[in-house]
Amino acid sequence: MKRIRFWGTRGSLPVALTAPGVRAKIIAALRDGAGRTFESDAEIERYVDALPFAVAGTFGGHTACVEIETGASEYVVCDLGSGLRSFGQAAIARHGPANPQTYHLFVSHVHWDHIMGLPFFGPAYIPGNRLFFYGAHRELEAALRRQMEPPSFPVNFSVFNADIKFVYLEPGQAHDVAGMRVTVKRQHHAGDSYGYRFERDGRTVVYTTDSEHTFEDPNESAAFAKFFRKADVVVFDAMYSLAEAISVKADWGHSSNIVGVELCQLAEARHLCLFHHEPALDDVALSTMLEETQRYEEITRTGEPLRVTAAYDGLELTL
Amino acid sequence: MDVTSRTFGNVVVVAPAGRADLTGSAALESALAPLWARADVSGLVLDFAGVPYISSVGLRVLMIAAKEMRARRARIAVAGLQPVAAEIFAISRFDKVLEVFPVVRDALAAISPTALAAYDAA
Repeated sequence: MKRIRFWGTRGSLPVALTAPGVRAKIIAALRDGAGRTFESDAEIERYVDALPFAVAGTFGGHTACVEIETGASEYVVCDLGSGLRSFGQAAIARHGPANPQTYHLFVSHVHWDHIMGLPFFGPAYIPGNRLFFYGAHRELEAALRRQMEPPSFPVNFSVFNADIKFVYLEPGQAHDVAGMRVTVKRQHHAGDSYGYRFERDGRTVVYTTDSEHTFEDPNESAAFAKFFRKADVVVFDAMYSLAEAISVKADWGHSSNIVGVELCQLAEARHLCLFHHEPALDDVALSTMLEETQRYEEITRTGEPLRVTAAYDGLELTL
Repeated sequence: MDVTSRTFGNVVVVAPAGRADLTGSAALESALAPLWARADVSGLVLDFAGVPYISSVGLRVLMIAAKEMRARRARIAVAGLQPVAAEIFAISRFDKVLEVFPVVRDALAAISPTALAAYDAA
């Protein structure tokens, strides 16, 4: 496996950067640059690149969609959130519409934010493309068809011209898919969700979103530590603070940055990537959460350092 | 983890000593559970001066204690956080859901004048 590319990183529903948000960023950038002069565009770019991410960038607003570049020509994608549209457009732009491709699409669960991008997935409309949907929910196909039924959507699932197949993956087992070893794990979430551990060429990526960790059962932590074991990257649902996750938002099916660090340390994973961001958090709040998480890792470190990042739409991680 | 307690009026000050990790948190929960169930205890102050570290498991015990105490309109507070534990409270946002005081006396003053008087007299 070569790389992970994030097309959608927000939880629950898409969010957009607003005009006041853009204005605040411009003001912050100008304030920081007051009194400077720029002799060239390159100098401006260097200045912008040195600004804090919350000023010069944005975590973005699409719901869950993560591409794993395996090194093979076939595409591998986790979840069909609103980021799937951008991924599909990029894939079509790369190959052209007349050059059929194969897409392996792994679905964590069928809550709306994880499937809402499918009706806008361009490659599904193109004859010759092959789409494989993988999941451990028996109702996966029915859920994908239902969201395109009237009166919720103007065209139904039958307008897709690609060759489409659904593949049920038994939880708790490893499967060989697209040259990868894929292990599926059931997670605590309303209606269940499933995490995926992808292994290929000595590299391991764990995609574990919409997963609540209660710590009521010590065996549960051990099981997740085994699932994350020595992963190169763990893409982890860190939607809430720990205080929220175990109080007012207990049983909402999500986890926290603190638990992400602890499980990854237990598993001796190399890289924790915070994911499924709370829509109410702006770029400053998410940047603060990332810094705090990195500090928590530092405070609690007993072995090798765990790298901690926060996913944003457009982020690429090289494996 | 060793856990000792002292009673001032109707408030119990619980003083754990050691890391509130997976192992230590079990001892903490065992010590706290009888107290949060006692109707005559109207307040709990957790003196964390002897706790250098608390994990999510330990924080979960505090949340259970808070829920139990608040369910019967009793108070709970934390005092004397060491620097690292204070950072963990802030990062986990527990400082937003639990009352945190610099020292035990301040916590008692906020919870019960009777307990404070007993503490000052001790």
